[in-house]
Amino acid sequence: MAQNESRDASPTTAESAVKQGAAGASDAVAQFAEEAPSLVKRLQHLLHNHPTAIPGIVLLISILFFSAVVGDRFLKPFNFSLIVQQVMIIGIVGIAQTLVILTAGIDLSVGAIMVLSSMVMGKLAIDYGLPAPLAISVGLMVGAACGAVNGFLVTRLRLPPFIVTLGTWNIFFALNLWYSASETIRAQDIETNAPLLIFFGQAIDIYGARLTYGSIAMVLMVAMCWYALNRTAWGRHVHAVGDDPEAARLAGIRTDRVLMSVYITAGVICAVAAWALIGRIGSASPQAGQTANLDAITAVVIGGTSLFGGRGSIVGTLLGALIVGVFRNGLALSGVNVLWQEFAVGVLIIVAVAIDQWLRRASQ
Amino acid sequence: MTNLVLEARGLVKRYGRVTALDHADFDLRAGEILAVIGDNGAGKSTLIKALTGAIHPDAGEILLDGAPVTFRSPIEARAAGIETVYQNLALSPALSIADNMFLGREIRASGFMGRVFKALDRAAMQQEARKALSRLGLSTIQNINQPVETLSGGQRQGVAIARAAAFGRHVVIMDEPTAALGVKESRRVLDLIQDVRKNGLPVVLISHNMPHVFEIADRIHIHRLGRRHAVVKPSDISMSDAVAIMTGALPAPAQAA
Repeated sequence: MAQNESRDASPTTAESAVKQGAAGASDAVAQFAEEAPSLVKRLQHLLHNHPTAIPGIVLLISILFFSAVVGDRFLKPFNFSLIVQQVMIIGIVGIAQTLVILTAGIDLSVGAIMVLSSMVMGKLAIDYGLPAPLAISVGLMVGAACGAVNGFLVTRLRLPPFIVTLGTWNIFFALNLWYSASETIRAQDIETNAPLLIFFGQAIDIYGARLTYGSIAMVLMVAMCWYALNRTAWGRHVHAVGDDPEAARLAGIRTDRVLMSVYITAGVICAVAAWALIGRIGSASPQAGQTANLDAITAVVIGGTSLFGGRGSIVGTLLGALIVGVFRNGLALSGVNVLWQEFAVGVLIIVAVAIDQWLRRASQ
Repeated sequence: MTNLVLEARGLVKRYGRVTALDHADFDLRAGEILAVIGDNGAGKSTLIKALTGAIHPDAGEILLDGAPVTFRSPIEARAAGIETVYQNLALSPALSIADNMFLGREIRASGFMGRVFKALDRAAMQQEARKALSRLGLSTIQNINQPVETLSGGQRQGVAIARAAAFGRHVVIMDEPTAALGVKESRRVLDLIQDVRKNGLPVVLISHNMPHVFEIADRIHIHRLGRRHAVVKPSDISMSDAVAIMTGALPAPAQAA
């Protein structure tokens, strides 16, 4: 796992990562030589140790497929940047979802946290005339608070994450409707009074590609979370808690603290997604981002993160989001009815989970 | 009198109307393997849990190197130098051997990366993990970065024991280390336990397997009805007599070993 992700390492850790990768590779060869297993078994083990390989391959194949079928219109840099823009929100929310799912939990309230935070940011900046940076900070704090509520209910009251976040999903969404009075904050108000709110919607042009700051932010956040999960003790603990909470507790990890930190971090990331959402759609709408919840879970699952916790990767989630984006975009450009996009995404989810189950058996 | 590393005096633990520990005593001498045997429900796991901080006794005291100690959690017991190899091993299957050995006590990198970005010193941890494994002759495990779930049951046990031996400063407690293993792997684990003793650490071995107990234990603590019923030497007693004392068919021998 460490080996194949080493290419994503930040430059400062690249040196050790390379060393690490080299050592891992030579040992892996020795390990296979020992048992001489069948080709399928070896493939199973290889993919088991490199969980991001599958979404990577699937993404590559789907890009090649749609290039062949759709042709030039698909291959344009502008189209690719469009796909990245389309998956940006799902990608960022997916990071939050990955953190929670790694702990063997699930957060159904991510979409509601996002839309609530975006309304707080928009309303404070426009209706109450607060300076934009302050409005955004309060929005981020609201995200953290929502995460803390989830974390509190999961760790203190020992309720299952599914139930907790199913409840808070409705609660946060209702609060969002109440606070915003179900009114959208108009794009032109934001543009004139608080342009910082739509910062993530602005873009730089590179050879016809429209690279938004939001897309860049998504990639940076993936890199930061990758580092936190793979290069810090906290990341090891997140994996351990999801893998086997009892073992983690006996090993001296304060599992409740880890869970709490994960839910709060997820809340903050959702609030960042809220900021990016305002940039993406230009306005702040209490009805925006309704599909972000399930789309984010889809990205996480297709990205190879196990719903049973403990294994998966943040890079996989980014790839998973891109796969969904490429499928939707490719099918749309092919002129296929929209319902087949949904159909294809459904098939992808089931195939991804089936592969996860198959890989889990590799260890037994 | 031999030097006592870990002792307990008059431990009492009640769960409602059930008395799991009824003024139980316990002595562990320096450099020995002490087996703890007892029938199901005799309270031996409660005794071990009290010694490792997993439960808090209602009365009695625990002394480590002669000084009274109170553990509010297994973490505190661990900090005091008492390492436990749990029956479920407390390993995280998806994490690597090195990650597991340092789980909960990772080494942070020195300098800027460690201070500001909390980076781990992965090289140091891998080196230490490798050292700990080879100290116990477990160098057959080649790739320190392979996930624990790819190891056999005996190898996993080996990793858990190596972790305990590497960090245990006073005592290593092992709960049924051979229960889930085949004959060959059990053999290997018994050798490991003796290696741990050879390295100077006393071992408390909880086991149902009489042949294993009689093979490696220096003394046997027989627990019955919530208290220490007898302490015997494997050389002084037959296996069937030990079982008879454990079940109450035979009275406890007059003097403690």
